[in-house]
Amino acid sequence: MDGYPKGNAVGAPVDPMIPRPFRITKVKSEVPGVFSWHLVPVDGGGFAYRPGQFNMLYLFGVGEVAISISGDCRDGEKIVHTIRIAGSVTKAMSSLSVGDVIGVRGPFGRPWPVEPIYGSDLVFVTGTIGLAPLRPLIYEVLHQRDKFGRVIICYGSRGTDDILYEDELHLWRGRFDTNVHVTVHSAPSGYRGRIGSVAAAVRAAHIEGGDTQAFVCRSEVMTKPAVDALHERGVSSERIWVTLERNMKCGIGLCGHCQFGPTFMCRDGPVYRFDEIEHLFEIREL
Amino acid sequence: MVQIEGLGPLVATHPFFADMDGSALETIVGCCANEVFRTGSYLYRQGEAADKFYLIRDGLVTLEAYVPGRPPIAIETVEAGEIIGWSWLVKPYKWSNDARASGTVRAVSVDGACLRRKMEADRVLGYEIYKRFLPVMARRLAQNRERIVELATEPAGFD
Repeated sequence: MDGYPKGNAVGAPVDPMIPRPFRITKVKSEVPGVFSWHLVPVDGGGFAYRPGQFNMLYLFGVGEVAISISGDCRDGEKIVHTIRIAGSVTKAMSSLSVGDVIGVRGPFGRPWPVEPIYGSDLVFVTGTIGLAPLRPLIYEVLHQRDKFGRVIICYGSRGTDDILYEDELHLWRGRFDTNVHVTVHSAPSGYRGRIGSVAAAVRAAHIEGGDTQAFVCRSEVMTKPAVDALHERGVSSERIWVTLERNMKCGIGLCGHCQFGPTFMCRDGPVYRFDEIEHLFEIREL
Repeated sequence: MVQIEGLGPLVATHPFFADMDGSALETIVGCCANEVFRTGSYLYRQGEAADKFYLIRDGLVTLEAYVPGRPPIAIETVEAGEIIGWSWLVKPYKWSNDARASGTVRAVSVDGACLRRKMEADRVLGYEIYKRFLPVMARRLAQNRERIVELATEPAGFD
């Protein structure tokens, strides 16, 4: 697709292996076990990135993890990362406070397309913390709202108390130009919203396949059911974009930890057009 | 002058009966009734006789699991254009969960015992009804399997 950046074409650091110090200026608890950081470069310089890219965050003396950038890429003041406590590094990171300094390498990876999809209807499909890598694209779409058709967001969480960015979902739902479908796996009796899988929310949304571009951020195993639901609504694989995550380490396609068939997720992804990798999903050994 | 329409058009235009043969529809309509459920009221309750199924015309229905000693857990919602209830098709014809209106619900109920008799008498009709129910059941089974995988593999946020 013309205009779609390849690899680390956008905002690639000068030396991608050297961490740059960033200071934490805000820590926000999002839902249980998930927090967000606002970061600013200690050297006072800028930081350019595109929606969908990720950084390697380095807690000195502990370790480094790949985390998607989840803020607004037009925000020149700070970058935002939303982090789930999943292992020793992220657990140690959760104890940091405002004023602490971490190392940042990045931005890495292929971003979501923006300009190439002007004029299309858009549907976002995600669940739990998967909204974090999609939020920069949603911000960008809303910045340029008149350049797109219908905007539909399908989001799922486990329960009613772990809905990520709930305030923003309410704001987006309140807009006349955005449809938001939130679904939960289970809820207390009396809950008035939709209960079921994310795929069921996709099937229930009024998606008109023709000129719809879909953006999916689920775990690798749940990506296929989400894609299947989009196919049922008439969205073809060439119009479905997915972001995947494996064990990113170097960030530049050298170490091989995140290899997926002939691709490296850190360099050739994390965003893929689904038809490029559809055949790989059928190979269990990968 | 107020014109009162029969249930025929409501049943014929519901997606579940799309493209159904006209005479079969007439047979089915004879077992139908129009119903409205206010917010929080039950369409049916676990353990009671499953003598109906519902074509949801408007509103959201929540399926709930009864948990002794605790408030019920809402486990699934069914919305306009869908159907709810297949326990009337399977012995012992008892509901396996509760269904409550989450807001005002307008539905056409279909008398299960009445339709079962007609399906026994007219096997072509019976086959047609099964052909429509089975994909719904298969889809919901698949969705629930997806949810199990989803719950087992996607982070809860708690560690």
